[in-house]
Amino acid sequence: MTDLDLVWKNLFRKPLRTILLTVSIFMAFLIFGILTSLNVALDRATESGSASNRLVVSNKINFTQSMPYAYINRVAAIPGVTAVTYQNWFGAYYQDQRASRFVGFAVDPETYMAIFRDEARLTDAERKAFLSERTGVIVGKSLADRYGWKVGQTIPISSNIYSQANGRRSWDMKISGIFTGAKPTDPTTAIYFHYDYMNETITFNRDQVGTITVVTASPDQNDQVAKAIDANFANSPAETSTVDEKTFSRAFLKQAGDLNLIVTMVVSAAFAAILMIVSTTLVSAMRERTKEIGVMKTLGFSSPRVLRMVLGEAVLLSSLGAVLGLGTSAFILTGLSKSPVGSSFGDLSMSPVVALSGLALAVSLGLVTGAVPALSALRMSIIEALNRG
Amino acid sequence: MNALIQLKNVKKTYKRGKESITIFDGLNLTIEQGDFVAIMGPSGSGKTTLLNLLGGTDRSDSGEINFDGERIDGYNEGQLAGWRARSVGFIFQFYNLMPVLNAAQNVELPLMLTKLSAVKRRANVETALKIVGLWDRAKHRPKELSGGQQQRVAIARAIVSDPKFLLCDEPTGDLDRNTANDILGTLQQLNQEMGKTIVMVTHDPEAARFAKRTLHLDKGVFAEVTQ
Repeated sequence: MTDLDLVWKNLFRKPLRTILLTVSIFMAFLIFGILTSLNVALDRATESGSASNRLVVSNKINFTQSMPYAYINRVAAIPGVTAVTYQNWFGAYYQDQRASRFVGFAVDPETYMAIFRDEARLTDAERKAFLSERTGVIVGKSLADRYGWKVGQTIPISSNIYSQANGRRSWDMKISGIFTGAKPTDPTTAIYFHYDYMNETITFNRDQVGTITVVTASPDQNDQVAKAIDANFANSPAETSTVDEKTFSRAFLKQAGDLNLIVTMVVSAAFAAILMIVSTTLVSAMRERTKEIGVMKTLGFSSPRVLRMVLGEAVLLSSLGAVLGLGTSAFILTGLSKSPVGSSFGDLSMSPVVALSGLALAVSLGLVTGAVPALSALRMSIIEALNRG
Repeated sequence: MNALIQLKNVKKTYKRGKESITIFDGLNLTIEQGDFVAIMGPSGSGKTTLLNLLGGTDRSDSGEINFDGERIDGYNEGQLAGWRARSVGFIFQFYNLMPVLNAAQNVELPLMLTKLSAVKRRANVETALKIVGLWDRAKHRPKELSGGQQQRVAIARAIVSDPKFLLCDEPTGDLDRNTANDILGTLQQLNQEMGKTIVMVTHDPEAARFAKRTLHLDKGVFAEVTQ
């Protein structure tokens, strides 16, 4: 028999109590595993679509407000700007507005493909087809797989914002290519089609652009160029706000709420509750064993060794809940990655960093919850323990 | 005969609130190797305090406590824990076995403090349980054993690491007469055949008869010695 055997046997002295505690810890780590992985996936998605020398110009009021088309040339003329492209949010969906929404942008194919060549990888033939076909659309591989789309197929893409003069809300688009990301983990759940095709047929907001992407000569010039662009449109009916691409992407994602803050708050609340429950239960469990601790010390077990065993029990308990919680969340995330909603986050699988942070958190939780009973076991005198039990 | 334990001018006072209660004010005691001493006395006479001092679970205020030529009253807590593990076997009134462990595992507990191999430990546990006649109950948990059997397991635990000295605190206080006599017989056998030095605190004159001598303690002083 080893100390670990003894710790294990003590942990399961009251199986129901241990199971209930494990379940509560399991729930906390399930929440931690899923929310943290989602957050990491979002960060990764933001990183993957961003370059250090790219800026995004949007309407100062809000990026949902558009800017005049004429801004494009004025931005391109600003010193330090080496390339520009533009895009309009389309509010795209396929057949079912509630179940099949995805990211869809009307873009200028030539300038867009020049700048985002790496982020939307196509074969030369696909690229050529996209540039030449007015109704052409390029679709991400995940979306194509989800709906079974093939190159050459014509699909109706609807908008929850725009409609055509004839009353139709959908546009027939021919799939010119299916793009992949720079890395296998990058999300490929968007579509890009010709700005002109949309602009000529929509009933309102013509000759407007949603955002302008600017490439600067070097990242060092970003600040200077951004200030120059915004100064250029100061006091105009559509003032601009220019930020680097990563900042813009984060702001875009924050439309759904500050996920970082939500994750921190939910996980903290879950762990605070668990901390109190486990800590109180362990204190009362140790109180029940006061006499046994006294006996162990009488037999010659040193106080530090008893302390280690009590702490070990708390760490073992939290680790058990954590391993089950993290394992289950990894399993759920794998399933979620294959769902339509989940796939838009890109790779949702639990990263080693999240798993290791979870395990480190489990050890910390064990040490904190075990601290009070362990210290009281350390300080307990033999006579007091034998008399009290 | 050699003295195994010697208490010289031991003083012990407890504080209860603002009041100081003197338990021993210069106690002297010598216990020879191989002795079997019963200590009797009324409640409050200092029996338990003496047992605690002899077992190194409490400290004297002054005086000397020697064990096998070694002065133990100056040991720190860690040294005392090591000394208890090496030199003393404890037998309590209410057995104090770990409910989550079976008989063999309970007996093995003191061996966790040694560097013996797993094989040697198992052999020692088997020997100890065979001495008390409970090897066939090795896999039973305490709640599956009678009071007498539990006390036998506790005796096996006390002797498994082969200490020279056994300290018994009312070892038959929770048992019926016949079972008590069996237990006391076992202790007598350990004393006579294995040379264990035993100090037993008891209220029971019948139990004291199994000892080689009885010391009567009253108000911290040995009042009478019965051979």
